[in-house]
Amino acid sequence: MISAMLSEAWLSMGANRLRTFLTMLGMMIGVGAVILILAIGKGAQFLVDQSIASMGSNLFIVLSGSSTSGGIRMGLGATPTLTIGDAQAIAELPGISAVAPNAPGTAQLVYGSNNWSTQVIGTTPSYLDVRDWKLSAGYPFSDSDVRSATRVALLGQTVVKNLFGDEDPVGKTIRIKKSPYLVVGVLTMKGQSLDGRDQDDSVLIPVTTAQRKLFGSQFQGTVRLIMVQAASAQDMPAAERSMNQLLRQRHRLQEAAESDFTVRNLTALANTAAETTRVMSVMLGAIASISLLVGGIGIMNIMLVSVTERTREIGIRIAIGARQRDILLQFLLEAITISIVGCLVGVVLGIGGAVLVNEITQTAVVITMSSVVMAFMVAAAVGVFFGFYPARKAARMEPIEALRYQ
Amino acid sequence: MDGEPIIRISGLGKNYLTAAGPVPALEDINLVIYPGEFVAIMGPSGSGKSTFMNLLGCLDVPSSGAYSLNGTNVRTLDKDQLARLRNGVIGFVFQGYNLLARVNLIDNVALPLIYAGVGKAERNRRAQEMLDKVGLGKYGASRPSQISGGQQQRVAIARALINRPRLILADEPTGNLDSRTSHEIMGLFTQLNRDEGITVILVTHEADIASFANRLVRFIDGHLAHDGAVEHESHGTLA
Repeated sequence: MISAMLSEAWLSMGANRLRTFLTMLGMMIGVGAVILILAIGKGAQFLVDQSIASMGSNLFIVLSGSSTSGGIRMGLGATPTLTIGDAQAIAELPGISAVAPNAPGTAQLVYGSNNWSTQVIGTTPSYLDVRDWKLSAGYPFSDSDVRSATRVALLGQTVVKNLFGDEDPVGKTIRIKKSPYLVVGVLTMKGQSLDGRDQDDSVLIPVTTAQRKLFGSQFQGTVRLIMVQAASAQDMPAAERSMNQLLRQRHRLQEAAESDFTVRNLTALANTAAETTRVMSVMLGAIASISLLVGGIGIMNIMLVSVTERTREIGIRIAIGARQRDILLQFLLEAITISIVGCLVGVVLGIGGAVLVNEITQTAVVITMSSVVMAFMVAAAVGVFFGFYPARKAARMEPIEALRYQ
Repeated sequence: MDGEPIIRISGLGKNYLTAAGPVPALEDINLVIYPGEFVAIMGPSGSGKSTFMNLLGCLDVPSSGAYSLNGTNVRTLDKDQLARLRNGVIGFVFQGYNLLARVNLIDNVALPLIYAGVGKAERNRRAQEMLDKVGLGKYGASRPSQISGGQQQRVAIARALINRPRLILADEPTGNLDSRTSHEIMGLFTQLNRDEGITVILVTHEADIASFANRLVRFIDGHLAHDGAVEHESHGTLA
């Protein structure tokens, strides 16, 4: 019986093609908009997730703090108060998996006839663990390089591109501020950070080399910041407390004194960014789904017209034995068919639109199966919901009155 | 007359509710019709004959009295049970044919079988059989608008017959047809009544159409004024 009703629904839709098409158009635009906007939102979310992943997980950053001298308060990091010893002490704490002191600065690099100014980070081998950063060639410098402050360097991809072009940099010697450094390895591509910096535009050298040889006068045995990775997300609150305690002890701070360092939970910050993107895309999706609602109202409108136009037909059907649910089902099927066909076209339009947006603006778009399935389910639900009232009106007609209708 | 009556009506009444209160359209109708009868119902307009046909056809429910169709007490049935009864026992033929304009003749004829839950192949086979029977076997793929009024009424009769009803209710079936076509249609009814024993009840206001029946019931002002055999001497002189 369903198949007979489906073919009748198809016939009656075909009997008034323009009207059917215009009714479907509402669904097409609604579904298309939802899919397109979800694709763009997912794309943005994907980018954020990617940069969070590139940052490393369960990450703290300990900044050397402000100091007050003669009533003038200096900003964070202005006075280097953290040392490599602090970093080593933190590494002994429970719940900490890796610690990397950081002594960054900017320096001019020269190789052959090329030169390039970039960020040089003095650190330890565990920096690679903290940042979850792999090498694409060569090998990392070792703890003994750190101990003996050798002149070795790991290059980021952007640096390699600008200094070496297509040449293999491993084993070559570059000059950083005129001193020669042996390139022992090349870092893999990291991409942009959350704030849009190019993470591949940097060079890693042993922290001791940076302190003693490269930025000597600037730091004097201290580091600007220490990156700390907790073993798991659950360990983070406890790790933060014990780090604060430890550093206050090591820096011999009085009970009432302000800390001369700051511990920041980077992962929490990143999660906030991810949450913001997610909320944005949900909100845009919600706005787009209003057009689905409007499409549904269009279907209801046309179904009401159709029921009135076909009153006599309904009368005939009831007279020759259609039960209420037969009539209900027939009109419901018609509404659902309109909304599902409209939805199918909408899915194609939405995906096509997303691909086009990607082509034209280079914006990342991610079309997920779940968004297509969701749009489809919503469209079917809209068909049932907005088709039900007209269908019930048809099913409840009195046969004599319906047959008398001209 | 033999066996159980197909229709047994006693003390039947129907009121219509108006602003001025209930207005009786039919009062105290008593009628028994046996299987195989061919009954013509006549009466001036407003006499209640259409109301009576609607009650007979289970399209409407009486206000008072008892109606039993094919042994079933109609007043105890709900809407869906009435629909089932109409589908299985009654074939309707209307004055305005009432075919579905959008679908072809085969599907028009097969329509009652959809609601009887018959499968597609069987539906089409029986619809073709019925179209053959009313002499329109070649026109199965045509639309109602492509054939004449008389042919449309034949299609309507084919539709009425398809679920093998015991009773055919025809409300002015020749009202829109010329006299020659009318007589052809009436010939078809006579044949169904005589050869297949189907009970036929038809409403008409033309005496020569009524003369095809065996029994004549006349309504005046909501009452059953006359019930008797048809006098056959007029038949033929008007044709």
